[in-house]
Amino acid sequence: MNLIDDRAKEISRANSMLEVASWASYRYATYNHSAVTRIVEAAAKRGEALARELAEAAVEETGFGVVEHKVIKNLGCSRELLDRYTGFDFATPVVDPHSKTVSIPKPAGVVLGITPSTNPVATVYAKALMALMARCSIIISPHPFAKKVCARAAHELNAAAVEAGAPDGVIQVVEEPSIPLIEHLMKSDKVDLIVATGGSEVVRSAYSSSNPAYGVGPGNVPVVVDASANLKDAARRIVDSKSFDNSILCTNESVLIVERRVAEKLKAELARAGAHLCSETESEALRDLLFPRGQFDTRFVGKDARSIAKAASIRVPPSVRILAAEFGAVFPEEPLCHEKLCPVLGLVVADDFDDAIAKAKAVLRVTGAGHSAALHSSDGDNIATFGAALPVLRVSLNVGNSLGSSGFETNLPPTMTIGTGFLGRSSLGENLRPDHLVHYTTIALNRDPAEVLPDRSHLDRNDMPNGPVPAYPLEGVARPSGMDMRPSVAVPRPGASDPGEVALRAQIRQLVLEELAEMMKG
Amino acid sequence: MTSIQDASVGDEDLDFGYFRFASKAEMLEKSKSYWNPDKTQFWSDSGIPLVVDRREEYFLYDITGKRLIDVHLNGGTYNLGHRNPEVVAAIKAAMTHFDIGNHHFPALARTALAEQLVATATPGMSKVIYGSGGGEAIDIALKTARNATKRSGIVSIVKAYHGHTGLALQTGDDRFSRIFLSERSDDFIQVPFNDIAAMEQALASGGVAAVIMETIPATYGFPLPEPGYLEAVKSLCDRHGTLYIADEVQTGLMRTGELWGITKHGIDPDIIVTGKGLSGGMYPISAVIVNERSSGWLGQDGFAHMSTFGGAEVGCIAAMVTLDICSRPSTRLAVHHAADVIGHGLRRIQASYPDWLTGIRQNGLVIGLEFNHPEGAKYVMKHLYANGVWAIFSTLDPRVLQYKPGLLVSPALVEELLDRTALAIGRSRDEAARSKGVRS
Repeated sequence: MNLIDDRAKEISRANSMLEVASWASYRYATYNHSAVTRIVEAAAKRGEALARELAEAAVEETGFGVVEHKVIKNLGCSRELLDRYTGFDFATPVVDPHSKTVSIPKPAGVVLGITPSTNPVATVYAKALMALMARCSIIISPHPFAKKVCARAAHELNAAAVEAGAPDGVIQVVEEPSIPLIEHLMKSDKVDLIVATGGSEVVRSAYSSSNPAYGVGPGNVPVVVDASANLKDAARRIVDSKSFDNSILCTNESVLIVERRVAEKLKAELARAGAHLCSETESEALRDLLFPRGQFDTRFVGKDARSIAKAASIRVPPSVRILAAEFGAVFPEEPLCHEKLCPVLGLVVADDFDDAIAKAKAVLRVTGAGHSAALHSSDGDNIATFGAALPVLRVSLNVGNSLGSSGFETNLPPTMTIGTGFLGRSSLGENLRPDHLVHYTTIALNRDPAEVLPDRSHLDRNDMPNGPVPAYPLEGVARPSGMDMRPSVAVPRPGASDPGEVALRAQIRQLVLEELAEMMKG
Repeated sequence: MTSIQDASVGDEDLDFGYFRFASKAEMLEKSKSYWNPDKTQFWSDSGIPLVVDRREEYFLYDITGKRLIDVHLNGGTYNLGHRNPEVVAAIKAAMTHFDIGNHHFPALARTALAEQLVATATPGMSKVIYGSGGGEAIDIALKTARNATKRSGIVSIVKAYHGHTGLALQTGDDRFSRIFLSERSDDFIQVPFNDIAAMEQALASGGVAAVIMETIPATYGFPLPEPGYLEAVKSLCDRHGTLYIADEVQTGLMRTGELWGITKHGIDPDIIVTGKGLSGGMYPISAVIVNERSSGWLGQDGFAHMSTFGGAEVGCIAAMVTLDICSRPSTRLAVHHAADVIGHGLRRIQASYPDWLTGIRQNGLVIGLEFNHPEGAKYVMKHLYANGVWAIFSTLDPRVLQYKPGLLVSPALVEELLDRTALAIGRSRDEAARSKGVRS
């Protein structure tokens, strides 16, 4: 007979994590920029070192995706994320003499990061590192399909951060996700922000949790090739992008729309690039296979093109990377215009560019508004018209959308969380960045020129006033007794004792004083 | 009729279904008539007219609705907060199957908790004997030591407090024994705290069964042992064949940042006594954890000590959950953080009132605040109460306030507590100064 109340047990597990997260955030929120930089670097480097091992583990555990492609994403969300944000400072107050303001960063606090099964490690990396950059603590709640590899990733990053001076528990992970535990975390007033990446259900519950939340909606990416495009490049990029990680991402192209004038040429280029152009019968077989009774069969999520072809009794050469299935009308009842989490690309021929835009909009009416679309074109008018017409918040131009919209092959902010904005029922319209986890207190001075900001009013107190991790309380104890006398974790203490840092702080103080002096002159 | 959960917090019509009072005044009158007139009057006179109604997390609510942050916690009874949901759920579940149990028979929950207590105690522990309260457990510990050593002497410290039962009372200050004509018999020896020479002298006679020692004497206002004192006492015990009984009723269960305060001293006691917080403040239970050397009578005559309610099985389940929560790494981490922030905060307050808050005694979340007035803590207690904090003076040294925040306090609650404490300490200083208590 088991008397245990499971729900109570889960809630108490959640509460234990929240206690640790609250204290970690309380401490970490007052670390200075150089301490934060050290910590972020250490965690990112640990992530980079484990990129391949964890890519393999992710494919092994979830059964989908491509190791090589996951390595690329893991490196993107560790090494590249670090590079892209080197020099950015989300910790130091900023004095702006022109606007007569002082902006003081205030971290969100305790972040709950919900991560998907499709990008498990990369999303853990990205959210954890952004939380570290923003001086937040984070609890990762992974998709149950990927819980082991996510736990491993989170523990490794936490350990690296802690070794570099972060409070222990700055990154935590739900090892055994359960509905009551996650519900409790989502609703807890100890959570300051939820960042939900995953299916619509989890995103909607994040928004109805009563806590501040960024949830991002699904994608269903239309890609248009117009008559001005370099067809060879377009075909190669589309096949590369569609086959990336076996197309399990929300950023993989879903439906290709091509202007009739260049349709046949493009198809030939697609075939050369590794696409199999399905016959009408083959397309019908794919529909039946992937969408029995109109619902996508999840057994095919993230499987490669050849195994899908085989299952549909389509004969393809070994070099095939994607299957392209042509259809006529873009209406919701057409299964192939829905999101297909495998390397099957819908293909539609449009009468002209206006018709292509209409069809792309139709794809987004099915699902994916606010997310992204791709365009291959060299016509400036078309590019502008396309951007204005489509209900998406990013357009990948002459680049595969998989790594284009997530910022790894474009200059968009690199991320695994693509804000779908109001169009996609989200409060986040951009690619998630570290500064989305920070708000700023702005001290705003009277515009009257007679009013000047007094000296030092920006305060240099943002220097770990809560201290790092407390020392082990040893009152009344004569000698180490052989037990572990460290605090819960051993940490070097970054801070004033570090001579390099003292010098740097003095330098920063000087710079700010000079700025202030300028300001008073103005 | 109002249910117990949402009982009216107004001054009138205190209807709890099972009982009702027309008003707080009527309740206090009846409390004097039927319960304890002196104690009831004492609190009214002390400016603390508290009748605890609702209680949750680290908050107590007077029946008028006034909210108090509880840093008395009845000596750690409410370490995990009032009505900790996890403990409550466990007790509810336990009551679908268990009751107090039959104290003569081997019992499921008692055995399971005993195993868990032995596993989490200091090395060398072997068995558990149960009581229903701290005093009873102390009596068990002392009887056990006498049986094991065949000696009758018991050494405790001057101003010791180990409870109000027969033998426990004998170890303590005569503040609690004189009135009942139960003053110390010759077997009970007292030595000053932190005085190793006195301890050596007391043990030299060779007739001492046990030294009983709170790791930090609570009712004496948490004076900290001098570095090395407890360790020296333990080695004296070893030399003289005397048992070391660690009274961990107030210092145990993670209050010092370790499950048992004594482990920070590297001491493996012969006997550990625990009570108060052991069952999350929901069900009375206490336990004596003994090593093999002390456990002789349990093999010889297991019926020699009996307790109908000792180790009641519902309480055992509450204790298992409590022990589990207290032992979690997250709890230990939270205690270290909270102790550190509170320690810094108290020192800041001390810097503002150095002539009033003259000492801070702290080990983890065991904290005594020493004031510059023979009854200083009573002033502070009153002003804390007025400002929404409930903390109690040390009965045996009213200069010292016992200040015991819960293990699971949040950073925000810590900040609020420190704000309220600073205000109350300032105001109490002013009041004490008006009554010419503070030397300047």
